[in-house]
Amino acid sequence: MSTHTSMGTGAAAAGRTRGSSGGDSGHDGRGSRGGRSGGRLGGGGTTSPGRLRALARAELTLLIRTKSVIVTAVLVPLALPFSIRPALDEVDLKAQGLTIGPVLLTSAIGFSFLFAVYTSLVTVFAARREELVLKRLRTGELKDAEILAGTALPALCTGLAQSVLVAVGCTVLLDLPAPPAPHLAVLGLLTGLVLSTALAALTASLSRTVESAQVTALPLVFVSMLGSGMTVPLEVLPEKVSAVCELLPLSPAIRLVRGGWTGELSGYETLESVAVAGFWIVLALWAVRRWFRWDPRR
Amino acid sequence: MNTDEREEVIDVTDVRRVYGGGFEAVRGITFSVGRGELFALLGTNGAGKTSTVELLEGLAAPAAGRIRVLGHDPHTERAAVRPRTGVMLQEGGFPNELTVAETIRLWAGCTSGARPATEVLDMVGLTRRSTIRVKQLSGGEKRRLDLGLALLGRPEVLFLDEPTTGLDAEGRRDTWDLVRALREEGTTVLMTTHYLEEAEALADRLAILHEGRIAASGTPAEVTAAQPSRISFELPEGFFLGDLPPLAELGVTGHETSGRTVLLRTEELQRTATALLLWADRAGVALRGLDVRSASLEEAFLRIAERETARSQGESAGHEAVNTRSNGTSTERAAA
Repeated sequence: MSTHTSMGTGAAAAGRTRGSSGGDSGHDGRGSRGGRSGGRLGGGGTTSPGRLRALARAELTLLIRTKSVIVTAVLVPLALPFSIRPALDEVDLKAQGLTIGPVLLTSAIGFSFLFAVYTSLVTVFAARREELVLKRLRTGELKDAEILAGTALPALCTGLAQSVLVAVGCTVLLDLPAPPAPHLAVLGLLTGLVLSTALAALTASLSRTVESAQVTALPLVFVSMLGSGMTVPLEVLPEKVSAVCELLPLSPAIRLVRGGWTGELSGYETLESVAVAGFWIVLALWAVRRWFRWDPRR
Repeated sequence: MNTDEREEVIDVTDVRRVYGGGFEAVRGITFSVGRGELFALLGTNGAGKTSTVELLEGLAAPAAGRIRVLGHDPHTERAAVRPRTGVMLQEGGFPNELTVAETIRLWAGCTSGARPATEVLDMVGLTRRSTIRVKQLSGGEKRRLDLGLALLGRPEVLFLDEPTTGLDAEGRRDTWDLVRALREEGTTVLMTTHYLEEAEALADRLAILHEGRIAASGTPAEVTAAQPSRISFELPEGFFLGDLPPLAELGVTGHETSGRTVLLRTEELQRTATALLLWADRAGVALRGLDVRSASLEEAFLRIAERETARSQGESAGHEAVNTRSNGTSTERAAA
């Protein structure tokens, strides 16, 4: 078989390259070996951005090849907000000082957090764990945080691109004015994306299989849709209910994004949202560090 | 740690590993591997091989004891160790939907001083499969891809967990050649295997693990030499064990019977075999199923496993021993 011959020459090639790379003993051999690298990363040693890029590129390839993930990640967040428009028309937004544009826009961005980032990453993390990909990656030079970030990067970019897309879309189609407080919108977007990723990692750790991961992801999806101001603005809820809802993990992100477009978030409210978001992010990252499962659950 | 003669690349002292449920998979093991050495961990399934290797790879911290790989703790000093080690896990770990080439590209981007993809593909004989998705590879091809990735960074230390499981005879031979070539170049290799002939063919030194402890260690010759040779045959019809010459005079150090099959152990194989055959010749009987063999690693392994099991369970494993032996596949070295 060809296998035999090619492996045979391979073994010989191994000898040649090693010999020509200038010594094989000891630590000082590294420099010369590094010099013989494929050249893509230069200098032989890998860098954190280089490793992240390699992993993110592979994940992007996988994302494109998984049709079900594409549908949930791309189509659902773009289609859903418009399906809730009739419901929003029933609500007396004006009484709360709201207009349809910012409400719809924040819904769309919220759905992006949930479907482009959160649920698709729950599936991805669980799948990579069950395929032993995470374990295998941990035997290499990637740090744990890089493995999680690199795996999440394509989904995060999808979420970010969708948010920009709907913002532009709403501005054009609903005559939405430019946001008076864009920094709040950006802050909301970033906290929402980070939190969705960390919560996805945690949810995946609670799921035994890829299939069950989709069920494990549902509670947060429902709670966030109803309680974080994605389908119904919290302003239209009774005061006591909305006060509790504002403490939910994705509520501050939504509130900040909306505040960016309405310009009506007071300094105190901004601080409150940032504090709640910060609390959730610290808690979630700590929990991921503590409980994330790298090995399959068996 | 470092001596003038020998640089210890892997140094393991009193290491234990305890899993969440309280199961102690590794129960205090100590060994070291010198630079350029090929060290094999042998053991039955569940002996603690993979649990041990995962500790050396730095995937988990030991419950007790000390591990040094290239002078560093592989778990807490990951960044110092990883660029210099290559790892092949017992089971793959590649996304199914990536092609072979894409998988290598991913790993090359995460590996210091990575070899060019073409070189790796050639080394493991997957050049023609580079555009195939991982899910379409055979089990053996997946093992070879895994080996290729372990070799990608020209590691100083290579961890191979059952590198040839699932390979056909030819694939196994190819992998052996490759591992030998790497060792020739000075790569330190720690491998686990449950193929004893693999350890015998490749290992400079080995340790036999049993229930989380090292039951025997040394060079293959040392481990084998500690074991007696064996002669087995069927007693002819109408004969009993007592009809044989006194066993002690034949140099027999132990015997077992199972049905009509007799198993003799001896430290002096030639003397015992000669005396036995002379007796058979004089008595005019044929010794059916005659099997004469000097100790091989397989014999040693089975004996050690048997002894340890008997010790831990406190029951005789004599009959089992004869049955296991007759399933053995090691080649006969001595014929009378």
